[in-house]
Order: sequence, then structure tokens, then C-alpha cells
Amino acid sequence: MSSVVIVGAGPAGIRAACTLVEHGLRPIVIDEARLAGGQGYRRPPPALSLDIKRLMGSEYGKYEALHRDFDALHDKIDYRPRTLVWAIDGNMLYLISDGRPSTQTFDKLILATGAMDKVAPLPGATLPGVFTLGGAQIALKDQGCLIGRHVAFVGSSPLLTLAAKQYRQMGAEIALIADTTPLKNKIRELPTLAKSPRTLMRGIAYQAQALASGTPILSGVTSIAIEGATRVEGVRVTTASGRERTIACDAVALGYGLKPETQLADLAGARFAYDALFNLWLPVTDADGRAADNLYLAGDGAAIGGADAAEASGALAACAVLTDLQIAVPISTMQGLRRTVSRLRAFQRGLAGAFAWPRHMIRQLPDDLTLCRCEDVSVGDVRTAMRREFAPVEINRVKAITRCGMGRCQGRVCGPALQEIVAEAAHCSGTAAGRLRGQAPIKPIALAAGSEP
Amino acid sequence: MPDHRSGQMRDTVGRVQFHRVAQHASRPVSISFDGEVIATREGESLLAALLTTRGSLRQHEFDGGRRAGFCLMGACQDCWVELADGRRLRACTTLVEDGMAVVSQVRQKGDVA
Ligand SMILES: Cc1cc2nc3c(=O)[nH]c(=O)nc-3n(C[C@H](O)[C@H](O)[C@H](O)COP(=O)(O)OP(=O)(O)OC[C@H]3O[C@@H](n4cnc5c(N)ncnc54)[C@H](O)[C@@H]3O)c2cc1C
Ligand code: FES
Repeated sequence: MSSVVIVGAGPAGIRAACTLVEHGLRPIVIDEARLAGGQGYRRPPPALSLDIKRLMGSEYGKYEALHRDFDALHDKIDYRPRTLVWAIDGNMLYLISDGRPSTQTFDKLILATGAMDKVAPLPGATLPGVFTLGGAQIALKDQGCLIGRHVAFVGSSPLLTLAAKQYRQMGAEIALIADTTPLKNKIRELPTLAKSPRTLMRGIAYQAQALASGTPILSGVTSIAIEGATRVEGVRVTTASGRERTIACDAVALGYGLKPETQLADLAGARFAYDALFNLWLPVTDADGRAADNLYLAGDGAAIGGADAAEASGALAACAVLTDLQIAVPISTMQGLRRTVSRLRAFQRGLAGAFAWPRHMIRQLPDDLTLCRCEDVSVGDVRTAMRREFAPVEINRVKAITRCGMGRCQGRVCGPALQEIVAEAAHCSGTAAGRLRGQAPIKPIALAAGSEP
Repeated sequence: MPDHRSGQMRDTVGRVQFHRVAQHASRPVSISFDGEVIATREGESLLAALLTTRGSLRQHEFDGGRRAGFCLMGACQDCWVELADGRRLRACTTLVEDGMAVVSQVRQKGDVA
């Protein structure tokens, strides 16, 4: 029997596994996390007294169904939690689990590696107390902790009001919700967003709840700075009308939407294209998720689409694998899944307009701001290095000269902003600025193995 | 807001960063930070155990500032801490184990790969 390996046990990976099992296969499911569920449907540790039903709200039904279906697979799949895939070479995966390395070959590989927060540097963003927006949700779901008592939610993302609602429910005071996208952009995207009325209504409800509870919500802020000497003490914003406001808080959740985790796809030979709406390099796939020979991508790791799209695209990628293995799948099933995925991803493109990456703000960041948190490289270091070069330079050259993007996170955090700074300094498009290439090991594995870096 | 540790908070910058709103009903686990014993529970991440008792995790190797993690999902690598036995651990994805002795000592710039 062919070996099909799925990397990632979030909604995409789980639905891919369910579909393969329904057709008689026994996939290997490899996941770095301790518990299945991925990011959005993360399952709290069993002994944590967290009311996950209340926290998940309207999404609890889907959360519960996903976990129930995954639990039912336990003797039908080869599930390997706490296992990181850190490199891919040909049809060989390099794994590490609790410090022990191993390898695994595959005939077909489905990557369902999910996403992380897309962030941009801000003055004060390295202060203790500043976390990513997704991180703020993880602290709550995974550890039963709030990142602070008076929390500011800043950036531009529909998840700002969702996370603020969860925090308010759990007893935090919401100091501020500040969004860099002007209201008029949100109104412009309404026709696209109205195609998924349920999701749109949910977003509007969160916003209304925040307003009703007296949280200041500012749309279209033109600058954000985090204040404090050794820790977060407040957030200073310039409002759409040009007024400066400083609001006290003890923690900040920062996010500008999500960016796919594509390092493995890169190593496995996927092609990438620059997407001018998301301002990101995204892997290229066909409608079913095929990215290269024997390589399939699903979920937020392929294209940001949210949890529902992740489930559908996981099932669809599995159908593509089955089809390519000459195992019959009803054509109507695949057509239905394709429609769902394309509708939800179109909705997400609407969201990317309504909650936009603040490109112009980032391109004008001051020289003294830290761009690379790992290697402590400033925006000015990158600009200076580029001015000194005689020939036009692209992003990988900039990385080699300045070490920006070369640190332990491999550019996961600074990458999107570095891209903008390079494009601006070189007076070129995002495409011409080039793409930071993924490199093995995709995460610092020697360290995880308990040895020295 | 429930916070079972408010009595024993102490921190290098005078403030606790995380606030616990749900409890782990599990076995007690004892760790330490620069010799100070911290009572935690099985299932807690090293990061949560430290940030519910102080304001930061470590000093940054290069810029000298304090850091307290950032992504909390194992991606940014901002939360590596060092143990007395020389092990280095990613605090957000590592669960507490009895006897873990975290030291806040700063490594010199050249030490880090
Ligand atoms: C931090 C964060 C918090 C979020 N919170 C919410 C929320 O509260 N509500 C919401 O609707 N949406 C949330 N989202 C959006 C979320 O991306 C989607 O809703 C959904 O989880 C995407 O599903 P997925 O299966 O594509 O990926 P994910 O759910 O992200 O799952 C990917 C899985 O792959 C694993 N993985 C990745 N790389 C490797 C590797 N190299 N080796 C082994 N395993 C690997 C990861 O550990 C993870 O378990 C959040 C996103 C992030 C990043
Ligand atoms: S906080 Fe980002 S890796 Fe731990």
C-alpha cells in the first residue's frame, strides 16, 4: 500500500486523514503539537478547568465535531504527535521527536502546516508584554492565562474583536482596539463579504459587543507606538482624524492577519508567486491543492481561508491524492468541496481588503526601529546596507549582508516587513524584491534535541 | 479575576505579566528561577509558569533588553531559556518538569549560534 503522510493535525490535516481513512488508507499523521486540533481549534490540556464551550461560542459545534472525528481515527491512522518535520529531501522526511531524530519516506505528501500571525515592527514591540494576537488566544486556550489585565488589541485583523471578546469574557479589561485600516475600506469590501453572511454577521456582532461594553474602537489609526521603559505601559496612536491618544495598558496583542507556514512546502519543491493583495509569496497549487509531483497543500498553509476552508481543503487534497492513486472518488464530492474552498477563500480575500496590511506605514518606519528581533537588526541597518551595494539587491542578498531574517525564527517574524523595506529602498515591486527562501532545519532542532546550538 | 498566586508574586521588573484564569487540576510540580522555588502544576508550560510569577523570561543576547516571548506557538524562538544544567529550552512549547532550574544569566554575544 502506498504511504501517504500528512503533516499537521489542525482542521485541514484532520479532514484529510478522515477522507483517506474512509477510502481504506492508513495515513501517517505527523504533528508538532502535543494535542491535535491545530491553532484555531486548539484543545486545552485535559486537566485545565477552562470552559472551552463558552470560549468557542458559536464555533463550539465544529470544534467538538472535529475532535470527535479525530479521536475516532485513533486505531486507523499512524498518529505521531510532538514530532517536528524539520527537513524534506526528495521523498524523505526528517523528523525529531523528544530530541530523537528519525526519517520517514512517503509516496504522497499532504502539507497542512497552518499559519502564524503576520506582524510588523512597531516602536516598543520588543518590550515584555507585547505578544502576537494568535499568541494571546493560545495563552488562554492552552494555558488558561491572560497576557495581561488591561490589554490593547492592535494591528488590522477580524480576529482583533474576536480575541477581545474572549478576553473580556475571561475577565480582562480591554484597553483599546486599534485597527490601521480605515472604515471606508471595510465598507468597500462589504459586497464580497456579504457572500458569507454568517461569518460577516459574527464579525459585526463581536464589534457591536465591544462597543456596547465601552471599549474604544479606533479604525484607520495612522501610527501605533508601544510605550514603556522595561515593560508595556501604554499604547500611543494617531487617530484617523490626526489626534494623538495614549491609552494605558499592561499588555498588547498585535496582528495583521495570518501568513502561511510555507517552509516545508518550499523544501518539498512548491513554486511560489507574489500575491499583491496579501503582500506575501504564496505557494502555487491547482484547485485541489496539487503543488508538485506527489505534493499536496491544504488549509491555511496553502492559502489563508480560515478553519472552515481548512477543513474543506484538507478533504479536497485527500480526494486529489486518492484520485492520483486511481482510487475512485465521487466527482460530485470533489465539486462540492471545490466550491466551498473557493467561496471561503474569496471571502478571505475580501477580508484582506477590509483588514489590510499597512504597506505604506511599514515602508516609512523610522531607521532606529528593530526589524529583526532575533539578530537585533534595525530598519536603518537594512536601508544603509542597500545603499552601500553597487548593484540592485534582492531580499536574500540583504539577508546575507545584514543577518535580517537569518536568525532563529528564519524570518518568520520579520519577513513580510523586510520585504516592504527592501522593495521601498530598491524602488521595486514586491515581486522584484525577491522571496526569502526556506532552509533546513526549518526550526532550531539541535536546541530542541537538548544539545547546544 | 481569580489568581491563585497573587500572594507570592515577585519579579525583576516588579510586575507579573500573565494572569491565570483557569487552574490545572493536576499534580504539583516544582521548578526554580535563579534559585527561587516556583510551585507549578503538571501541564503548565514553562513560559506560563514563569510569566505568572514575573514580568519576563530572559535578557536578549544582543540588545540587552528583557524578553517575555512573542508568538507563544513555537515560531518566533523569542522564549528560549537556559537551565542550570546547560540545557536550553523553548519555554512556550516545553511543559514544566520537576527540578527544572532556570537561570537568567546572560550569555555573551559570541556564545549563541
Ligand atoms: C496562533 C493562531 C491562533 C488562531 N486562533 C484562531 C481562533 O481562535 N479562531 C479561529 O477561527 N481561527 C484562529 N486561527 C486561524 C487558524 O489558522 C485557522 O482557523 C485554522 O486553525 C487553520 O487550520 P489548518 O489546519 O490549516 O492549520 P492549523 O490549525 O494551524 O494546524 C497546523 C498544524 O500543523 C503543525 N505543523 C506545522 N508545521 C509543522 C512541522 N514542520 N512539523 C510538524 N507539524 C507541523 C502545527 O503544529 C499545527 O498543529 C488562529 C491562527 C493562529 C496562527
Ligand atoms: S514565544 Fe515564540 S517560540 Fe516561544
